[in-house]
Amino acid sequence: MGNHAAAYGAKLAKAEVVAAYPITPQTQTVEKISEMVASGEMQAEFIKVESEHSAMAACIGASAAGARAFTATSSQGLALMHELLHWAGGARLPIVMTNVNRAMAPGWNIWSEQTDSLAQRDTGWMQIYCESNQEVLDTIIQSFKVSEKVLLPTMICLDGFSLSHTYEIVDVPDQQLIDSYLPSFDPEYKLDVDNPQTFGAMNSPDWYYEMRYQIHRAMVEAKSLIIEANKEFDEIFGRSYGLVENYRCEDAETIIIASGTIASTAKDVIDTMIRNGTSVGLLRIRSFRPFPEEEIREIAGKAKNVGVIDRNISFGHEGVFFTETKASLYDLPEHPKAFGFIAGLGGRDVTPEDIEDMIRITASGDADEVTWYKLKDAGVVVTK
Amino acid sequence: MKEIRFHGRGGQGAVSASNILAHAAFLEGRYVQAFLLIGAERRGAPVLAFTRIDDKPIRNRSQIYFPDYVLVLDAELANFVDVASGIKPTGTIFVNSDRDGESFSFNHKAQTVAMDVTSIALKHGLGTSTSPIVNTSVLGAFARISGEVCLDALLQAIEETAPAKPQENVRAAKEAYEEAEKWMTKSNIKT
Repeated sequence: MGNHAAAYGAKLAKAEVVAAYPITPQTQTVEKISEMVASGEMQAEFIKVESEHSAMAACIGASAAGARAFTATSSQGLALMHELLHWAGGARLPIVMTNVNRAMAPGWNIWSEQTDSLAQRDTGWMQIYCESNQEVLDTIIQSFKVSEKVLLPTMICLDGFSLSHTYEIVDVPDQQLIDSYLPSFDPEYKLDVDNPQTFGAMNSPDWYYEMRYQIHRAMVEAKSLIIEANKEFDEIFGRSYGLVENYRCEDAETIIIASGTIASTAKDVIDTMIRNGTSVGLLRIRSFRPFPEEEIREIAGKAKNVGVIDRNISFGHEGVFFTETKASLYDLPEHPKAFGFIAGLGGRDVTPEDIEDMIRITASGDADEVTWYKLKDAGVVVTK
Repeated sequence: MKEIRFHGRGGQGAVSASNILAHAAFLEGRYVQAFLLIGAERRGAPVLAFTRIDDKPIRNRSQIYFPDYVLVLDAELANFVDVASGIKPTGTIFVNSDRDGESFSFNHKAQTVAMDVTSIALKHGLGTSTSPIVNTSVLGAFARISGEVCLDALLQAIEETAPAKPQENVRAAKEAYEEAEKWMTKSNIKT
């Protein structure tokens, strides 16, 4: 299952400190890591904590002291970490975390939705969205490499249940090969009693601004490093992912943009529709921060119609990937018509038939800018 | 691609069954996917679990609506859950019951096979008479009736993954396989 793939990813990456708190649907990651640490199969310090806030605090301390730190969470747990997510990003600590995408309460819901992680957009974390359990494992290893180069943390997102609890085949790479790919973490600055330095001290208006710029630059530079880390990974392990995945988009009149497992299901739909004569392709967004605006312009810019499927909602506006996609296309002298679809919130299943339907609506070039796909009539209570 | 849907109750092992079946097919060199539709996490509540088996990587991550096989671990579920929903006309519905398959009027072209595997599970000490753990016995019968996985792979998968009583589970699955064979001979079904 995806949760175990995450645990094995942390083990192969030789995470030295894991501080984590269990939460559905992430629990098996913490369970598996604690089992492997207890049995000696994984050499790491496993810190039991009383909350996710403390989990991230412990990871921050460990990372600042020069240890490779890993944690995993989901939804409400991620929200509880929020303050410290900013701290990890601002302190430039290359922590890697998996977040199992789960809807936020209320109503209480344990199923998949991306609003939890997308709400953490501006915390200074890179964010990668996966479509398979193999990609989860591989991305953890790649992310430590990228994070430790740009000194920014990475959040790896996997859909609740449709990855976290799904059993499928995952190739667990050889430790020696991983070691040749991922060097040990040796930061230039760290908490060291023999060489005391101050971390996270007061920073006045004189220089805080420049430090924000440095974080920004690091995030921008991460783009080429993610691509490079993928290339190098591909050479050793034969698998590569990139910032985005271009799935049959060449000369496609209609391009559908999606992330996570919806994108995986969409590939079957694309193949069938192309076979039946529809000109369509899929652009899977894998890296949300840094955001691949050049890749989106290049791949989707020449399409006639672009449809973006969002398993998330920015209330009162639209899906988050839709907003960012439109902003990327705005610079083009002529840009495609763009349509947004809100689908699959709170784990509602998005079927191949649904995706085909959304592609057809997009291809027609005639739809509302944003469609709440298959919304049931529940009455609308606006205000008293 | 073959798609299998399990209907069970919390505690009967439907989710484990979907995983064991995937594991068995994996041992035979096929691509697999197994997952569950989680609802209330409590003993006795209706549970749905799914397995996909294919010769190429499986990308569809939606639930299974048009299964080739439906496996019902508890016949009582058929009274209030539409277990036959979407079953392919060429498909098979397997019900764990001491009733005749024909007595289940699912109003569908798919064939219905009924076998009492609860008695097999209990004979091998799996669960109790009020909450028998029938998953491995259902899989044994399924392996014979469907031919989708061979017995050896199934038994190996059970042995490798059973959280408790691996040998008892292996023996139950084997006996259910043999009972299914007898049932097929009696019913004059050849596969």
